[in-house]
Amino acid sequence: MREFAYARARDVDAAVSLVADNPGARYLGGGTNLVDLMKLGIERPELLVDVTGLPLDEVTEDGDLLRIGALVRNSDLAAHPLVRDRYPVLSQAVLNGASGQLRNVATTGGNLVQRTRCGYFTDPTKPCNKRMPGSGCPAIEGEHHNLAILGASDHCVATHPSDLAVALAALDARIDVQDLAGPHELPLEDLYRPVGDRPDLELTIRDGALITGVALPPLPPDARTTYRKVRERASYAFAIAAVAAVLVVRDGLVSDVRIALGAVASHPWRARIAERELRGGPATAAAFEAAAIAELDAARPLRDNAYKVPLVRDLVVAVLTELAR
Amino acid sequence: MTRTWQAAPSVGHPLTRVEGLDKVTGRARYAADIPLPGLVYGWVVPATIPRGRVLGLDVAATLAMPGVLAVLHQHNAPRLTDAGDATLLLFQDDRVAHRGDPVALVIADTPERAREAAERTAVDYLPEPHDAAFRADHPRLYEPDHVNPRLPTVTDKGDVEAALAGAAVVVDHEYRTPPQHNNPMEPHSGTAVWADGRLTVYDSTQHAYGMARTLTKLFGFDPGVVRVVSEHVGGGFGAKGLTRPDAVLAVMAATLVGRPVRVTMTRPQLFPLTGYRTPTAQRIRLGADRDGRLVAVEHRASSQTSRLLEFTEQSASYSRVMYAADNLRTSHRVVALDVPTPRWMRAPGEAPGSFALESAMDELAEACGVDPVELRLRNDATTEPATGEPFSSRRLAECLREGARRFGWADRDPRPAARRDGRWWRGTGMAGAHYPARAGPTVAHATAFPDGGYVVRVGAADIGTGARTVLTQLAADALEVPVGVVRLEIGDSDFGRAQVAGGSMGTASWSWPVVTACRDLAHRLASGERLPPEGLTSTYDSTEALRALGAFARYAFGAHFAEVAVDAATGEVRVPRLTGVYAVGRVVNPLTARSQLIGGMTMGLSCALLEESIMDARFGDFVNHNLADYHVATNADVGELDVAFVDDPDDELNPSGVKGLGEIGIVGVPAAIANAVWHATGVRQRELPIGPARTITSGQ
Amino acid sequence: MVRNAMPGPELSSTVRLMLNGAPQELTVDNRTTLLDLLRDRLDHTGTKKGCDHGQCGACTVLVDGRRANSCLLLAVAVDGREVTTVEGLEDDEPHPMQAAFLAHDAFQCGYCTPGQICSAIGMLDELAEGWPSAVTTGPVHPDDAEIRERMSGNLCRCAAYPNIVAAIREVAGA
Ligand SMILES: Cc1cc2nc3c(=O)[nH]c(=O)nc-3n(C[C@H](O)[C@H](O)[C@H](O)COP(=O)(O)OP(=O)(O)OC[C@H]3O[C@@H](n4cnc5c(N)ncnc54)[C@H](O)[C@@H]3O)c2cc1C
Ligand code: SF4
Ligand code: FES
Ligand code: FES
Repeated sequence: MREFAYARARDVDAAVSLVADNPGARYLGGGTNLVDLMKLGIERPELLVDVTGLPLDEVTEDGDLLRIGALVRNSDLAAHPLVRDRYPVLSQAVLNGASGQLRNVATTGGNLVQRTRCGYFTDPTKPCNKRMPGSGCPAIEGEHHNLAILGASDHCVATHPSDLAVALAALDARIDVQDLAGPHELPLEDLYRPVGDRPDLELTIRDGALITGVALPPLPPDARTTYRKVRERASYAFAIAAVAAVLVVRDGLVSDVRIALGAVASHPWRARIAERELRGGPATAAAFEAAAIAELDAARPLRDNAYKVPLVRDLVVAVLTELAR
Repeated sequence: MTRTWQAAPSVGHPLTRVEGLDKVTGRARYAADIPLPGLVYGWVVPATIPRGRVLGLDVAATLAMPGVLAVLHQHNAPRLTDAGDATLLLFQDDRVAHRGDPVALVIADTPERAREAAERTAVDYLPEPHDAAFRADHPRLYEPDHVNPRLPTVTDKGDVEAALAGAAVVVDHEYRTPPQHNNPMEPHSGTAVWADGRLTVYDSTQHAYGMARTLTKLFGFDPGVVRVVSEHVGGGFGAKGLTRPDAVLAVMAATLVGRPVRVTMTRPQLFPLTGYRTPTAQRIRLGADRDGRLVAVEHRASSQTSRLLEFTEQSASYSRVMYAADNLRTSHRVVALDVPTPRWMRAPGEAPGSFALESAMDELAEACGVDPVELRLRNDATTEPATGEPFSSRRLAECLREGARRFGWADRDPRPAARRDGRWWRGTGMAGAHYPARAGPTVAHATAFPDGGYVVRVGAADIGTGARTVLTQLAADALEVPVGVVRLEIGDSDFGRAQVAGGSMGTASWSWPVVTACRDLAHRLASGERLPPEGLTSTYDSTEALRALGAFARYAFGAHFAEVAVDAATGEVRVPRLTGVYAVGRVVNPLTARSQLIGGMTMGLSCALLEESIMDARFGDFVNHNLADYHVATNADVGELDVAFVDDPDDELNPSGVKGLGEIGIVGVPAAIANAVWHATGVRQRELPIGPARTITSGQ
Repeated sequence: MVRNAMPGPELSSTVRLMLNGAPQELTVDNRTTLLDLLRDRLDHTGTKKGCDHGQCGACTVLVDGRRANSCLLLAVAVDGREVTTVEGLEDDEPHPMQAAFLAHDAFQCGYCTPGQICSAIGMLDELAEGWPSAVTTGPVHPDDAEIRERMSGNLCRCAAYPNIVAAIREVAGA
């Protein structure tokens, strides 16, 4: 790890002025991803600006929105009564991630922008387009059993590791951001850039922009939600596939459905094609399967991750069938 | 002085660990915990190419970095003498034998600075073409002279081909197991200190005595110079059985800088430097009559080794012992690749070998329509199948029957894919198991003190097996005193020759001289020998007694039963229940014995479902070299574990009648789980690990 | 021969914390993790390093009463906090969790044990607060499934898991 200076931000403006447009500076949230990457030599900041003292650590109601501060710890988010009551899918997703002790430290904002777990990305002695643009992507021909089947490119097939972000995608969350130009907001889905030929550029927000919070719009009162995570180890493991789903069935017909897939792409994958197929149609296993197949039509699996295609298909069917019951 | 003997036999009682309080309070000091004045830290610079030469190293630049005291490399390292293990000949030339091979060691005043400087040390390489891809049909596979530990490469009895040709039923399949890493929770650590002409090495070793001998030979020290101490060891499972680079580097560095130096490896560094279980490809051919009686067994195993050292996993040796067949052939081939050196990992040979044979037996049971337990009973052996030697004891049948009873096997429906319970397919499976019961030469000293206390010294290591506790119990009974007055001192090479804590030989080996010396001491005291103020000591060396052992095939036996649930949509496999029943000689401490066996069974579960070190042959590297990507079972993976013992008296073993139980718990468990997955889903699993990627693609 | 033992002023910091009830104040290289501070600077070696990357739980301590992986916490970032390690649990006699681990043989090599014990203590507090887990379906109870899930951030390669669960169940029920 390279030596670095450390500062505690007094307020949001001070934090942003220290980090924005300073390529050598990073925000320090819980540090569970950043310190890890610094030890590996992947991140080599000159300045860490600790934002955990900022007053962004509350979950509050704002009209019919629920606002989650960017520094709310994962444990507190999952345990919050309003979250458990209104967005159980979010609580479940968080609780399926990492471990009790990591969730106690990890923050909401840090979780959303954590980096991929691709084993070539995390080893600075190997090439990787995301880490070193133009150096190549060894994962495509190498170890990729848990990498992307959707939306990847010839330049990078990494997946986004977050569980939390998958649930937020299904909930149509919006992200509050502040940069030197001031505060603004954007849909969570727009936070992540498509991979294309620049996998090193992951986010749409400006370098050094501070995520200040997440806002959740209300769900229909009869919506049912769930999160299912698939992993080899029963706990304390990243997903090999995950689904966050919101389903509203009225008179046997799908009146609203939102499906977000995890561990299949460089960002949480909203299954818009499947949703479109389902909306207004019957809430049956056959319809769920047809919709899943339609979504996965775009899947481009690699040598060793083709299993994810039937896995995701069957998972989507199982989850929606359960919700429709 | 007068003494009242308190005969309170301790053996057989669930005594809690004698060092337990130290461990739960954090007072127990492991190798990397010993505080030393002036301690500095060494950090390995690992090779980033799989094969080639080191052309140059920017030593000056590294020396200029903050806190750096020295850099060890091929031009300033002490010259070493080959001690029979080329993986220890560090910095002796410019060769890079595999990725991760140390090319330098940076020594600095703090670990942060050592690490940073090591990572920034610039190395120039001349890479050479390499081959790191193991294949079952690799053209360079050859038959080695012997296989681990020193077993014959091939055994051949009868005429296997003819018997297979005439057999009513033939099963012929290939089974594969991946590379796996021991991954003890404590990373390897060595600290070397010179003082008063002696070199003390605090190390995480399973074998202090062996390490002292190896270091003495490697460095050409005079006898008696090196002392190795390993008071507490944070697990090893074979990875700390032999000297590893941490100790060699610490000694080199302490010699160079004249200060105590600690070299603790990072988790990723353990993957190329401390051994692993080789990948295997095993072909099994079974021939049987319609009732499942075996007429022929063939077991062919191939595996990989490194260019540094020939290590051949004895996978096929499992079939030499297990089931009776008039025609039996076992053989091994190995290929030397540009990869890290594979070594011992819990039950080397038996663990992968049992996956192959016990899976094939299940396929035979299916083919013959015979219950898998009954099939094994029908093929039980009276003498060792490969050699014809008599068994000192063989209670496999008792284990099978008792296991079936405890597990509730009797009313099992043999049809596969017939039990659906909501999300889950459910199934059960089983396998037999055995593990050699051996012992090695060891010296022990028992001392009585006038205050009524006793100290017993033996160069044992307690890597979590409960050795310290069990030896205390055996010593107390031999002395006929309560356990509370006996203190065991272990983990010190100065106590003399001792067997490694490995091969399930620890208790059998160490207890031999411990019990004998204690009996002798008790006898001397009882016969009125004077007890001087400095104490009275009896010493015993088991070397001669071991030579006098009769010719028997000595093994522990066992049976494993597994229940699995396989998610119909995702292929996730969970194991709600495992039963293990064992014939392991005398059980000295049922508490610590059970712990070792649940540990073995869980590692078997982990090996069945999770563990695989993924080699990217282009880099010659295990790319998932950390505990987030190399999965070992965690708490949520483990359901109900049932452990039981059958009575197993055996007079042909050792004075304590123990067989050792560190390894048998893992043997056969992967096969029992694979067989249960077949029973649940109808899909055979001939390759480990079994996970969603395989349960799904194998097409349910 | 050792050059400056501390990096320049902006690269090091003064840290004050309460360690097991005793105040500590020292200057640290900003890179120093809480784990290395405990082990290398304060000779509190009860807390172990199994991976140094948040992947094993051996380094678990309580920070302001909450369990956390000390290997991923920078020492500077815990300035002003209260840290409890395995050494701070005893109060004349072993903490009930330590006693239960001993009685149930909830360890073998003992290397993961300090982390398991700190984690178990933190975990029971979380249960008492009513925090849910991934396996919670209704009200939370310290049953086996809950304990297993909540303790899964602590790997034990010796696999003392069933005994760990039994020890914690005993303390939870007390
Ligand atoms: C072993 C292990 C297992 C894990 N398993 C899972 C899992 O199963 N599922 C899962 O979802 N996650 C998992 N994680 C990841 C973990 O959830 C993330 O590391 C964590 O959520 C990141 O939050 P943090 O506050 O610690 O971020 P930090 O490490 O502090 O920061 C991460 C990045 O975000 C930036 N950042 C932090 N806060 C902000 C902000 N407010 N605005 C803008 N940028 C910011 C930082 O500069 C840094 O680049 C695991 C981690 C580990 C180590
Ligand atoms: S998949 Fe992406 S992150 Fe992984 S090696 Fe390729 S470019 Fe790097
Ligand atoms: S050492 Fe911190 S989690 Fe492993
Ligand atoms: S007791 Fe050895 S790792 Fe847990």
